[in-house]
Amino acid sequence: MSKIKVALGFAATFTALTALASAASARDLTVVSWGGAYQDVQKKVYFEPFKAAGTPMNDESWDGGVGVLRAKVQGGASTWDVVQVESEELALGCDEGLYEKLNFSKIGGEDTYLPSTVNACGVGAIVYDFVLGYDKDKLKDAPKSWADFFDTKKYPGKRGLRQGAKTTLEIALMADGVAPADVYKVLGTDAGVERAFKKLDTIKNDIVWWKAGAQPPQLLASGEVAMTSVYNGRIDAANKKENKNFGMVWNGALYTIDSWVILKGSPNVDAAYKFLNFVGKPENQAKLSEGIAYGTSNKKAPSLLPKAILADLPTAPDNMKSAVEINTDFWLENIDRLTERFNKWAAK
Amino acid sequence: MTAAFVAGADVPLKRRLKRAERARQLRALGLVLPLLAFLLFTFIVPIAGMIWKSVDDWEVPQVMPQTVAALERWNGQGLPDETAFAALAADIRAARDAGNLAVAAKRLNYVVNGFRTTLLSTGRKLKEQPAPGTAKDTLIAIAPAWGERESWTAIKSASGPVTSYYLLAAVDLTRNADHAIVAAPQDQAIYRDVFLRTFEIGFGVTALCLILGFPVAYLLANLPTGRSNLLMIFVLLPFWTSLLVRTCAWIVILQSEGIVNGSLQWLGLIDEPLRLIYNRFGVYMAMTHVLLPFMILPLYSVMRGVSPAYMRAAASLGAPPVTAFLRIYLPQTIPGIGAGCLLVFILAIGYYITPALVGGAADQMISYFIAFYTTETVNWGLASALGAVLLLSTVVLAVLYGKLALGRQTTGGLKN
Repeated sequence: MSKIKVALGFAATFTALTALASAASARDLTVVSWGGAYQDVQKKVYFEPFKAAGTPMNDESWDGGVGVLRAKVQGGASTWDVVQVESEELALGCDEGLYEKLNFSKIGGEDTYLPSTVNACGVGAIVYDFVLGYDKDKLKDAPKSWADFFDTKKYPGKRGLRQGAKTTLEIALMADGVAPADVYKVLGTDAGVERAFKKLDTIKNDIVWWKAGAQPPQLLASGEVAMTSVYNGRIDAANKKENKNFGMVWNGALYTIDSWVILKGSPNVDAAYKFLNFVGKPENQAKLSEGIAYGTSNKKAPSLLPKAILADLPTAPDNMKSAVEINTDFWLENIDRLTERFNKWAAK
Repeated sequence: MTAAFVAGADVPLKRRLKRAERARQLRALGLVLPLLAFLLFTFIVPIAGMIWKSVDDWEVPQVMPQTVAALERWNGQGLPDETAFAALAADIRAARDAGNLAVAAKRLNYVVNGFRTTLLSTGRKLKEQPAPGTAKDTLIAIAPAWGERESWTAIKSASGPVTSYYLLAAVDLTRNADHAIVAAPQDQAIYRDVFLRTFEIGFGVTALCLILGFPVAYLLANLPTGRSNLLMIFVLLPFWTSLLVRTCAWIVILQSEGIVNGSLQWLGLIDEPLRLIYNRFGVYMAMTHVLLPFMILPLYSVMRGVSPAYMRAAASLGAPPVTAFLRIYLPQTIPGIGAGCLLVFILAIGYYITPALVGGAADQMISYFIAFYTTETVNWGLASALGAVLLLSTVVLAVLYGKLALGRQTTGGLKN
């Protein structure tokens, strides 16, 4: 008899727990970003002041991947409201109806923001670059371009690149002499793809592939690689926080934009707009750029920054000169095919 | 008690026994019910869902219902008729207004690279429904691709409700415009290699674990309790340490300015640092270390039960040590070897984080691709198909193992 009671007790607890887990409970606004040094700065200049201004909120971090958001939204009872996404996640998720359509009149109007950061489903959060990073203490002679990156005679040592086709093929083409403006035109042809892989063949055995943004600074610091592709903000953070002496090459940098989106069906839409309005203000965005070297989306933000800081931002005119925007449409169309092609090449 | 006994006296004993038996069974079922429910919802339902996703073809029928219906009458030769073009134009406009045209575009782009642009640019340029009879010319004027048979066979092949596309792609096959199964183009045929690589690494790690683990387990099983417990701690301590910590520790040890290379250079044995990580060697090293306890523990538990008397008997009957080991001791440990190998192998072929961190681009196993298609490009059909193939091959191997392990005589082939 007592056994039955125990079993029933278990069963009751189990059902109660599942019921609890699925009950949509009223919760505070939850904002999700990329973690690491970047989110530490966001906490300081965005999240804490926003909380202090009277709206309760939590922040979490994630590693990206629109599949994660699809699972959250389609699974119902999503625990996230505002998420920072990369450009492809923005396009794919917008197509699939994972995000709320954004009402710009609630966040200062479309004219407040740089045109390239305005999207039906999201508003730009940061502009950042993949740059060539190196350790000034180890390389006496500073590299100047991706061509130097592929020159292992003049600059001995291994090279770090992001694993996969995206960014790698663009870098290879620029190293092979393709002008930044023509990269996607060339990559759109079969001959262009072959040309990129042929260039990669020349340093195939010297490449260390990284997968997460935190890895390249570590690879540089441990001396594993002499040069690497890296997010510009990570180099800046390593120099500021860990007293490293890393250098960056803006020539041929690949820039891209991350955006804030509101997940479809969020119970905190009003608070989410309040938050987006807060982080869209130029004075707040300027504080972010002071904390970490990323450009921001508000047109007025750069005018509030000191010259010295402005010079190291992706949005500085000098740094934009030879930079290429990573072409989201191109990659949406070709990512599967070129990923397979890349892995074919890697396994050879 | 007696009252109850007397009260039920009119019921035959047989039936009362049955009733008691049934009550017992129900009680037992009640005890395992929570676990059953848990397994059903967290294990069986998701796996069934995954397998369904690998054949589910929902995008095109949902976004382009009229076109799908119109193409049912098309025999696949030449171009479809005017009605199909008109239906396509109507579908594209409706989908554009509903904002889900890109969903179908993504699915069709798998079949014909460039279809995404064709469909989305048609959606942008097609302002109004073409006048009756002009749909064909209008569409071909907007995008020449609509004048090619390939575009239409692509839509027809993705018309659902189920498709073999993803499962075929997972084994490097595809269908041509005539619906015949052919090998995938050279550049895209990678999955057979990846599966082979996955099993190769799985077998390699299993073999290394067995070679390293067998003597350790033997030592643990045959030492006096005190010392064997001390050694057991050394086996269990890494076992309890986080996987990520152990993997990162290997990076520190093996990198070019790491401990191993530093020591070797200091000793003057090498001039240039050896490449020990971000390649296959690093993957074998880290994975063997991580999975070793899974080999040692089952071996140890079996070896504990092997009586030393057999070996003494063999020796007294004149068997040399090697013969005694091969014909008396080894056969008795077969269940442990089998369990350890199966455990290590099945864990190894599903590994993701270790090869991702210590392997190169050519050392990624199938789980890397499943994760890539699940989260990055949201090609859940292909991710599910790869998962289904992995599941199937694992089941086949487990069945084979069952046949091998159970079909063996534990006397090691000694004829009585």
